[in-house]
Amino acid sequence: MGKHIFSILVTNKPGVMTRVSSMFTRRGFNIDTLTVGETESPEFSRITVSMIGDDYAKDQVVKQLSKLHDVKQVQVMERDDTVTRELLLVKVKNDSSTRQDVLAAVDVFRSKIVDYSPDALCIEITGETTKLNAFIELVKPFGIMEICRTGIVALERGSHCLRSSD
Amino acid sequence: MKLSGSQIIIEVLIEQGCDCIFGYPGGQVINIYDALYEYQDRIKHVLTAHEQGASHAADGYARSTGKTGVCLATSGPGATNLVTGIATAYLDSVPMVAITGNVPCSLLGRDSFQEVDICGITMPITKHNYIVKDINELADTLREAFLIARSGRPGPVLVDIPKNVQVAVTEFTNKPVASPLPVPEADEKLLAEAAELIAESKKPYIYAGGGAISGDAGKEIEKLAELTDAYIGCSMMGISSVPYNNPRFLGMQGMHGHYASSMAQAEADLIICAGARFSDRATGKKDVYTRNCRIIHIDIDAAEIDKNITSDVGITGDIKSTLAKLISMVAKKSNPEWKEQVEKFRAEEAASLTKSDRMTPYDIVDTVNDKMPENAVIVTDVGQHQMWVAQRYRFSQPRKFISSGGLGTMGFGLGAAIGSYEGTKDPVILFTGDGSFGMNLNELATAVSFDIPVIIVVMNNHVLGMVKQWQTLFFDKHYSNTILDKRQTKFTKIAEAFGALGFSAATTEELSKALDEAIASKRPCVIDCAVDENEFVLPMLPPGGCIDNIITHIGG
Repeated sequence: MGKHIFSILVTNKPGVMTRVSSMFTRRGFNIDTLTVGETESPEFSRITVSMIGDDYAKDQVVKQLSKLHDVKQVQVMERDDTVTRELLLVKVKNDSSTRQDVLAAVDVFRSKIVDYSPDALCIEITGETTKLNAFIELVKPFGIMEICRTGIVALERGSHCLRSSD
Repeated sequence: MKLSGSQIIIEVLIEQGCDCIFGYPGGQVINIYDALYEYQDRIKHVLTAHEQGASHAADGYARSTGKTGVCLATSGPGATNLVTGIATAYLDSVPMVAITGNVPCSLLGRDSFQEVDICGITMPITKHNYIVKDINELADTLREAFLIARSGRPGPVLVDIPKNVQVAVTEFTNKPVASPLPVPEADEKLLAEAAELIAESKKPYIYAGGGAISGDAGKEIEKLAELTDAYIGCSMMGISSVPYNNPRFLGMQGMHGHYASSMAQAEADLIICAGARFSDRATGKKDVYTRNCRIIHIDIDAAEIDKNITSDVGITGDIKSTLAKLISMVAKKSNPEWKEQVEKFRAEEAASLTKSDRMTPYDIVDTVNDKMPENAVIVTDVGQHQMWVAQRYRFSQPRKFISSGGLGTMGFGLGAAIGSYEGTKDPVILFTGDGSFGMNLNELATAVSFDIPVIIVVMNNHVLGMVKQWQTLFFDKHYSNTILDKRQTKFTKIAEAFGALGFSAATTEELSKALDEAIASKRPCVIDCAVDENEFVLPMLPPGGCIDNIITHIGG
């Protein structure tokens, strides 16, 4: 079992997300994170899915996705050749006894305070999943009120790009 | 020329080579039916009794001809009634285009009268589906639907067309039919590896699936078997890919396969699978299935390779051309020991067949078989009768065995028989059971009104035999809801009530006589055949079991 990241280029049409995500459910694969957005070409959207699974699951996901008519390209993003990022917003209790520690953590992790109210701090942090997880662990004792994360986006290093073959 | 959406739908159907569609009118397809009225001398519409019948008819039309079947239904319940038929076609890779009407775009998403999200519902059981909201995209969307349905591994495509699009008018010009989407060429390196495995093999077994029929690869399979001195078995979907009288053909393998075919599979050192998916019904316990053999898996769908069984060599490509290439790469060989071993299995199988005084299911199949020409289309429903026909009927030509394999749809048969007749005009037999026939016998009305001389042979044992068989073997004879002896259904009377002919037969003589009369009548006929409720489908590999657990005899 390992974590796999798939970059999926799809036609930018209503319902395509459902087709992609329902394939995972239907075949018994669990989506860990999923992000979607328009690409440099408005005709296409790019979906990034991360999933925990074995090599069988990885192989089947690629093949089954490739069969969907709206899927133009599927790429498995190999860890060493990929830049991944995720964005996290976390709301932490604003308490005079812990405020300095929270601010120190924000500083060390190069994150940002994006909202400040008398009883809560909203922090924005970007990075790899492991960094975000570490940050969450760090601020947990200060009282996490709410968390929202985007899921992974990923690009291959170098000049190679995901393009539609037709 | 300027045409309405409804006219465009029919124009594209004709353009795509469709001569007959199956459907049922309703509020949101009235406009399409108006166009059908206008085009009635150019395209035939078969009105079924129920939309499910229409979907199975389109399926039967497609399976028996290789062309794309088309069914048409209104929105809401009309559309949902197609669902079982679409799923049946999907699981057996049958090219089909299902067209549904829907409420006008302005009413979509408001739970309007007879509105249903049929695209959402059919997403997991279609290759692709569309809702067309712009009249200017209608013609090309329909063309693309046909293209997808028949390209690569065939399958159903649904096109949902809101009423306002049927009414709107736009410019239309015919286009030539597009050639199928390209299929990947078999990889040369993998072909060489496969050829090497074949050269090393002393006990080769070719396993033909439904893909061998849709890929028209029967001749290549026979040639490869001849060249490599291999035996040939098949999945249920592969029946009729190779003629029964090929001496190398052992018949269906798997849960209810022929003893010799399943034994040969288990003893083979190499399985060359052509267009099958190694379904659980075919393999049983997978690690046992593969314990003695290596596997070459050829399929047009890359996703089938290593999905259910890990192959030693998996080749994605068109089956016919891939096998042809493989044939050119292997040397002629002979495997006398293998032959001896398999012929022994065959002798054991032949010796195990016992004769009975009363009419057995095999007697019924044989009696029909002896009366019918080689071009007869043999359709089945699902259950014990289906397995008896699959085991016993002697098929000489492909596309003559029409049966729901993957989905196992009881109630499939009569609709499929109607579609098969419309597609081929060949003699059509439907083997069914009293359970399956009871599900969709309303389509007798269709057979009568369209003069379809289908002969329906009901193997009537007054039980849901296949489930009862499992209850006998695995549930301590707890016959929960499988005994139908309280039903008073007289199938002969039902036939007459619908305007068909009804016969009953308790002996082969009576059956033979009924068949003669049925054939001579050129009308739809129902022959109610008495079958003992204690007849079992044998042999049987228990579900999840393996060849070591093969049941060849049930005592008491």
